[in-house]
Amino acid sequence: MGPWLNEAMTWGNALILFLWAVVFLFIVLGFVTYAIFFERKVIGWMQLRIGPNRVGPFGMLQTVADIFKLLIKEDTIPRKADRVLFILAPALAYIPAFSVLAVIPYTQKLYFADLNVGLLYYVALSGLSTLGIVLGGWASNNKYALLGGMRSAAQMISYEVPLVISVVGVILLSGSLNLRVIVEAQSGGWFWNWNFIPQIIGFAIFIIAAVSELNRTPFDLPEAESELVAGYHVEYSGFRFAFFMLSEYVYVYAIAALTTVLFLGGWNAPAPFLDFVPGMIWFLLKFTFIVFSLFWIRATFPRIRVDQLMGLGWKVLLPVSLLNVFLTAVYLELFIK
Amino acid sequence: MIRTEELLLNVGPQHPSTHGVFRIIVKLDGEVITEATPVMGYLHRGTEKIAENLNFTQIIPYTDRMDYVSAMTNNYVLVHAVETMMGLEVPLRAEFLRLIVMELQRIASHLVWWGTYLLDIGAMSPFLYAFRDREMIIDLFNELCGARLTYNYMRVGGVKWDAPPGWMDKVRDFIPYMEGKLQEYDKLVSGNEIFLARIKGVGQYDAATAIDYGLSGANLRCTGVDWDIRKAEPYSLYSRFEFDVPLGKNGDCYDRYRIRLEEIRQSLRILKQALQQFPEGGETMGKVPRAIRPPVGEVYVRIESPRGEIGCHIVSKGKAEPYRLKFRRPSFVNLQILPKLLVGETMTNLITILGGIDIVVGEVDC
Amino acid sequence: MTDEQKNREKALTDIGNEQNAEREAKLKAAAEARAARAAAKEKAEAEAAEAALAEPPKPPSPKQPELDALVALLKEQINDSVIEDAYVNELNSDMPTIIVNHTYWREAAQLLKEHEGLQFNYLRNVSGVDYETHMEVVYHLVSLASKREAAVKVKTDRKEAAVYSVTPIWATANWNEREIYDLLGINFPGHPDMRRIMMPDEWVGHPLRKDYEPLDSEV
Repeated sequence: MGPWLNEAMTWGNALILFLWAVVFLFIVLGFVTYAIFFERKVIGWMQLRIGPNRVGPFGMLQTVADIFKLLIKEDTIPRKADRVLFILAPALAYIPAFSVLAVIPYTQKLYFADLNVGLLYYVALSGLSTLGIVLGGWASNNKYALLGGMRSAAQMISYEVPLVISVVGVILLSGSLNLRVIVEAQSGGWFWNWNFIPQIIGFAIFIIAAVSELNRTPFDLPEAESELVAGYHVEYSGFRFAFFMLSEYVYVYAIAALTTVLFLGGWNAPAPFLDFVPGMIWFLLKFTFIVFSLFWIRATFPRIRVDQLMGLGWKVLLPVSLLNVFLTAVYLELFIK
Repeated sequence: MIRTEELLLNVGPQHPSTHGVFRIIVKLDGEVITEATPVMGYLHRGTEKIAENLNFTQIIPYTDRMDYVSAMTNNYVLVHAVETMMGLEVPLRAEFLRLIVMELQRIASHLVWWGTYLLDIGAMSPFLYAFRDREMIIDLFNELCGARLTYNYMRVGGVKWDAPPGWMDKVRDFIPYMEGKLQEYDKLVSGNEIFLARIKGVGQYDAATAIDYGLSGANLRCTGVDWDIRKAEPYSLYSRFEFDVPLGKNGDCYDRYRIRLEEIRQSLRILKQALQQFPEGGETMGKVPRAIRPPVGEVYVRIESPRGEIGCHIVSKGKAEPYRLKFRRPSFVNLQILPKLLVGETMTNLITILGGIDIVVGEVDC
Repeated sequence: MTDEQKNREKALTDIGNEQNAEREAKLKAAAEARAARAAAKEKAEAEAAEAALAEPPKPPSPKQPELDALVALLKEQINDSVIEDAYVNELNSDMPTIIVNHTYWREAAQLLKEHEGLQFNYLRNVSGVDYETHMEVVYHLVSLASKREAAVKVKTDRKEAAVYSVTPIWATANWNEREIYDLLGINFPGHPDMRRIMMPDEWVGHPLRKDYEPLDSEV
């Protein structure tokens, strides 16, 4: 795909690119549909339930039916809500979620944008989604939504910092912000060449901060249903609500893919003799494992408290991630140079 | 300067974590509560007024609906009050059956609390595990008296139904099963760092405050006050059995949590002994006059329900209906301390503290 | 204000007065009936008491000395007229019961809680009873240390029923007293927050009173 991306931008090429984006959007929607199905099934099994099994074979069409229901549902906007912002917020939450996917490389050949600041692009855009959530909470003119939105803002800002610093070690090791280069730097045949072992501290911090960025258990405070009812999207229904859910699951996709790329060696096989298996399969396996882990965490953990969350972010994760950067730099200086 | 103001937030009456239609008006400064006013009565059905026009057997189903998580103990406190007044003898077999169902009920009630409390704190799965195990008790009750929640099982002078054949064996099998599950609960939840961080030191009060506010049950014992009515003022057959009263030290949500789990263990211990001593044969109804007319006078009896001291105050004028019937509901009395505990806490702790008190709104509002 | 408005208002007041008069008449009739009933009852009770006297006296209750000591202590510490009546409630496993004069109730409560020999530190239950002739508030006390129990009763008039609040002494009493106020209409002077608790704030009447007329008598 590389050379083709570098062609001159004609009308024809623009159309093709647009069509690719549409295809990709449908792939992502398909992922979200079945991620939700998978999540419900996995958590169902963990909780001694069956999960959805009525609509379609094995309940495969349950999420489709749910989305269809959301689409045809009456679109309600509270009378005292700030109409413009209320309508804008779901879109604002979703657009960055979808745009960050552009820089993820799936295999050596398959990628959609070869940005030399790919990682920076990802981090910068994903921070924007907070805006959508805060706006949604504010515009609803609901106290629970406001509290949820504010919590979300505090949480996202606090965890963005360790998230970014935790990947600095990876950047130091591979010497690039380009995600393709980062994956290639991890290829060495064996799985211990992947970043998650040399960068074990960074990896741990990244996972914690990532779960927090996703607003998922145990960090799901913005929508803590037992305290804030549903948090920032309490007033949303129908399609607008679907957009919030969609962006949440697209971020699951994005974070799972990013973790695979940064720490789990992307499309590389774990051992040289397994090279005959296509890279795409390896990528998908690792990706699925991360997604599964997120669901697993959700089924097992209670929720953390706001002050504890902030304490963890600023007092533990940030210093440790800085230490990680320092250690990595010292290591590079002493042994590699 | 940015203009700031306090946020007045209505938590409830429809809220997932107020366990029914209970409402607290909180004043929030940021997320910190500066004032909390509980508002109740949304589930007030006037049980005490209705009871003045019913005879005692007719009142029993109403007691089921007060604390619907622990209907058996409510049944017992009413029939026990009437029996005390009339000086009725209850056959041994009936009393054993009552005791067994009450202890099973205590386990079931604590399981519901355990599950919903963890749900409040944000852990979803334990809720389903707790309900799986509670379901076994509910099935036992269902077999015994045909109802799953509102049993209407006890009568003045005895119990309505004898245990069906094989029922006792099922209870016997349930005990080791539940003991195993308790260990599983401990492994799964009791050591979880996040959970401990959420409940340790939260909602703390000392023994003097607890006594002053008339708290009872685990809410009192978590401060180290050794007061379990089953031990302190034994009723029914409790003096026959060996069991411990688990006590706390710090008076926080964590101690309350530990006590309730330990009480399940102790209830299993009582059940084991009760099954050993269970008499072969015998009546399930004592000699009761056709019309139940307690003599003129009044009585106050109290027993230990899963939530604390449930009491029944009957004033009788020698009629079939009570002149005045008042229930001392532990949920109602325990809840009084809530506004005091909430000041200075965050929204998140509101849920932790309210859940830790363990209320049933049907009983608060009566 | 125009004349028309004035006229209309006058008409309204007239109607109001008529209704008031009617209600008063009804209330009066009800009160008379109640008094008659109570008198008949008292007579019957007196007869019963006479009959009881004729029977051989029962052995004194084991709690009798406890009660006597309690009564003596209260009389000594406060006043001779503090106790209106004292008896052992045999129906209720010999519960010592005292009826405290309303005037001295606050001092008596303080003493019951704080006296070294009594230490009734735990207020179990507060209930109000409408006896049609008078109102009564019953306090069930227990000392957690000595496990001694006592029931204390305070009587008050049906009209303008009021009993000193013991919320400052036992915090338990707070909502219990509010409930009694709400359902029985007994006021508790000294209570920090005397509002209805179960019924809506704008509710008229006190449902547990014996003469309460339900909104829909069919129900």
